Amino acid sequence: MSNTDSQGPIWEVFIQSKPGLAHKHVGNLHAADKEMALQNARDLYTRRQEGTCIWVVPFEAIVSSTPEDDEAFFEPSNDKAYRTPIHYVMPEGAKHI
Amino acid sequence: MTKNEALVKYCLRLGDSSLILGQRMAEWCSNGPVLEEDIAMSNIGLDLFGQSRTMLTYAGEIEGKDRTENDFAFKRLEREFFNNLMSERPNGHFGDTVVRNLFLSAHTYHLYKKLSSSSDNTIAAFAAKSLKEVTYHLRHSAEWVVRLGDGTKESHSKTQQSVNDLWEYTADLFAMNEVDELLIKENIAIDLNEIKPLWDNTINEVLERATLTRPEDSFMQKGSLNGMHSEALGHLLTEMQFLPRAYPDAKW
Repeated sequence: MSNTDSQGPIWEVFIQSKPGLAHKHVGNLHAADKEMALQNARDLYTRRQEGTCIWVVPFEAIVSSTPEDDEAFFEPSNDKAYRTPIHYVMPEGAKHI
Repeated sequence: MTKNEALVKYCLRLGDSSLILGQRMAEWCSNGPVLEEDIAMSNIGLDLFGQSRTMLTYAGEIEGKDRTENDFAFKRLEREFFNNLMSERPNGHFGDTVVRNLFLSAHTYHLYKKLSSSSDNTIAAFAAKSLKEVTYHLRHSAEWVVRLGDGTKESHSKTQQSVNDLWEYTADLFAMNEVDELLIKENIAIDLNEIKPLWDNTINEVLERATLTRPEDSFMQKGSLNGMHSEALGHLLTEMQFLPRAYPDAKW
């Protein structure tokens, strides 16, 4: 998506569905400034009780890794299963660990 | 005039004003300047339709002639509508719409705040619930008026023109008659003279932020209390009522 079309800058929208939970990315929108971005996010993404808090972040403020980073960033962890706690035996009766 | 007759009229005023402005907002659906505003304005329209349903249904109950919300919305003629004149003003350009909505939402915002302690439980509950919606409608329209007024030279002059053009319809928002007199005594209705200074404050504040000039009162339109409307309402009703008039038994 171009960031310089005629409808204003792009903002990424994050919604918190319940107090205490992390804000989750839900989509993006156009708006000329922060207040309008917040209002648009309210109109576009919270009509069906999706959330209790909205964050809007200028698209330009987000730094993203690129596919070229994949080898260096992610592949080294492929053969290190010991970093995931999958070898523990679950105590009897414990459902949520 | 009995108390019930007055109450029916009062509910129709509230319900019709929401209905007609709702229809105006629905006209923006698929025609918004940007996708975000298209959705915002359609949402506002839906809020307003919800509000009008409560009041029209209640008017039917008090009247006791088995008229439903749909009968009121789709089977009345222009002269039987009591919506304020501002709500029927055509959408014009986006600036015209947000200025009209600012004038209206500032009015309902202050009115519903007071009406939420009406001695009529249904009206009080309606006002308390609707207040949350119109608080947002006011914020939406006010922020846009500020951005257009304090925007470019062109947006400023267009928005000032919208304010000037719509000003003559503001007095009708505060007109009262024997309906109000009777219901104010019963603590059901609110004296609109109490709302006017609150409305003035809100409007002055927004216009100042928007670097727009408040017009002087000159000739002011009135007539909605007696069902006297502008030509614009007839055109609106023609479109809104087409389907139920053409297909009276249609279900949707």
